[in-house]
Amino acid sequence: MTELAAGSPFPRVIGDDASSDGACRLPDSELLALHRALVLLRTYDERSVVYHRQGRIGTYAIYWGHEAIQAGAVHALEDRDWIFPSYRESAVGLLRGIPASTVFSWWRGHPSGWWNPADHGVASICVPIATQVPHAAGFAWGSKLRGDDRVALVFFGDGATSEGAFHEGANLAAVKKAPLVLLCSNNQWAISTPIAEQSAAASLVDKAVGYGMPGVRVDGTDVLAVHEAVREAAARARAGEGPTFVEAVTYRAAPHATADDPSAYIDHDRVEQARRAECVGRFEGYLRRRGLLTDELAEAVRAEALEAVRAGIVAAEAELPGDASLIFDHALADGPQSFAHDLAELRRVDGA
Amino acid sequence: MPERLLVEAVNDALHVEMERDANVLVLGEDVGRAGGVFRATAGLRDRFGPDRCVDMPLAEAGLLGGAVGLCMAGWRPVCEMQYDAFSYPCLDQLITHVGRYHWRTRGAMTFPLVVRMPYGGGVRAPELHDDSPETYYVHTPGVKVAIPSTAADAKGLLAAAIRDPDPVVILEPKLLYRTTRGEVPDGEHVVPLGAARLAREGDDVTLVAYGAMVAVAERAADALAGEASCEVLDLRTLKPLDEEALLASVRKTGRAVIVQEAPRTLGYAAEVAAVLAEKAILDLQGPVLRVTGYDVPYPYWQLEDLYMPSVARVTDAVRSLLAF
Repeated sequence: MTELAAGSPFPRVIGDDASSDGACRLPDSELLALHRALVLLRTYDERSVVYHRQGRIGTYAIYWGHEAIQAGAVHALEDRDWIFPSYRESAVGLLRGIPASTVFSWWRGHPSGWWNPADHGVASICVPIATQVPHAAGFAWGSKLRGDDRVALVFFGDGATSEGAFHEGANLAAVKKAPLVLLCSNNQWAISTPIAEQSAAASLVDKAVGYGMPGVRVDGTDVLAVHEAVREAAARARAGEGPTFVEAVTYRAAPHATADDPSAYIDHDRVEQARRAECVGRFEGYLRRRGLLTDELAEAVRAEALEAVRAGIVAAEAELPGDASLIFDHALADGPQSFAHDLAELRRVDGA
Repeated sequence: MPERLLVEAVNDALHVEMERDANVLVLGEDVGRAGGVFRATAGLRDRFGPDRCVDMPLAEAGLLGGAVGLCMAGWRPVCEMQYDAFSYPCLDQLITHVGRYHWRTRGAMTFPLVVRMPYGGGVRAPELHDDSPETYYVHTPGVKVAIPSTAADAKGLLAAAIRDPDPVVILEPKLLYRTTRGEVPDGEHVVPLGAARLAREGDDVTLVAYGAMVAVAERAADALAGEASCEVLDLRTLKPLDEEALLASVRKTGRAVIVQEAPRTLGYAAEVAAVLAEKAILDLQGPVLRVTGYDVPYPYWQLEDLYMPSVARVTDAVRSLLAF
């Protein structure tokens, strides 16, 4: 089992130095896979901000500093388990084989920015806050009713815990003992609203008590702590013990999105502190202390990620414009005859 | 053919469809042990067990959002909203996800769920047990909407909805649950979505109605006997609208009065009137008239009969149209 690092307000495995690192039972190969995942997510995020400034993608929700939560959680699941992302986890599907070009297309507002959730075990990106929580609860419960040995994990933020949909989904999952992991990325800001104005709870994980489910609070910048917490939660879920609330605490060191200017409201000292303690660097320090990461390997991993991301944006930009028929084609499985008329008119009048 | 009350026809449809397809689940507040507050789901829990007829926590958005996830896991959930106005919390899920998820997956996943609820007034109930919310549902892309007015259609439309690959909202006129009885075919009975029913043939004016207003239109037609020959068109499905049947009838009669219980502004009658303006204007011998509820909160029930479109209001509209 993981031995917790000393001196942390909540569970962490990665310490400040070798003497404060906790024990980790993951094999070296898994640690290096986690590192590749972190770097891929980081690279995708940093390049997306650049691509936005270059006008190559639209408004983009930045997740810089949340990579440990996302990669740690996904790696703690089995491939057959499902992930329900919010927009903050738009690229989490990269860890499940969704091409970067697809996610870029989504942010480019291009109709090729879609995937079949069943192909990757990744639900569509959920834009409205917390409304994916009942989906994940229903899916987990429905899987259990079928006798499928599948767990669902739903990502949401601290602000989402104020939403009715969070409450209704969490309660449903608990009542039905659905195999669900509720993973709250608490970055302490919902755009400009600080956590203290979001909730009067001493900590968000306290909400778990009210649902009759276990709650765990971990350091969200410690990928190994997140991994361990989600692994344990998923094991409980799979054993029929129902959902777990995992609160992964971090601090939002980047704007909410490319359209946001946090200078008006953020605590700049905390941002600096969070940037110094950011999760990818922390894990790389840990790997170096363990002798698993060299400069050469780190550079190779970064180059590989950069290549994948660059290829992704190039492929996304090479997509042909979507045909007008796509406006109508999938609005319904069995659409009305009026769609054909509307499309014909669109082609005739607008030359679409 | 056995005669059944409208609510018994709903219950029969659920029994038949759950028997036919083991993926069909019934979810709702008090649908299991109690069999639903109107007993529409009575007997299902005993017959199919508590995992297929499920008493859900009292949370409409969680219920419908949970149903979205159930669809992803391969189920076909039939969700009961206990009353029309109690369905409003579920509009969040309906608008943001139910009507979009199929499109969002570019057709890869289907969401064959049904939302059914008792709707409408005339039952002497407290506030928010009387609403006619069909416009909210009709206006939501990606969902279909049907409203039966007969026992046979209550069964057949629900069966069609359960089998449909798209999300379907069925509004059941609660006033008719135990006041309307009719012959209902035993066993499987499907009334296709998108097909109106010619309830009565006539020559002078088409009364367009759905749900509880079909009976009002028919009584108005009776009251006008000898004075005007009224055709009564029961739309049955509001979305997609059976334009063909609507236009054929108005082409024949040259006049249309649309009867709707919901408030007037942007009610379904406005859509019907717009279709007639676009596609039948040269067939019309007078303005398209609406007899509707008013743009007010549904009144205290001691005044509700004044709010509900009456036979007198319909006949008055027909007479003014004939005199145009």
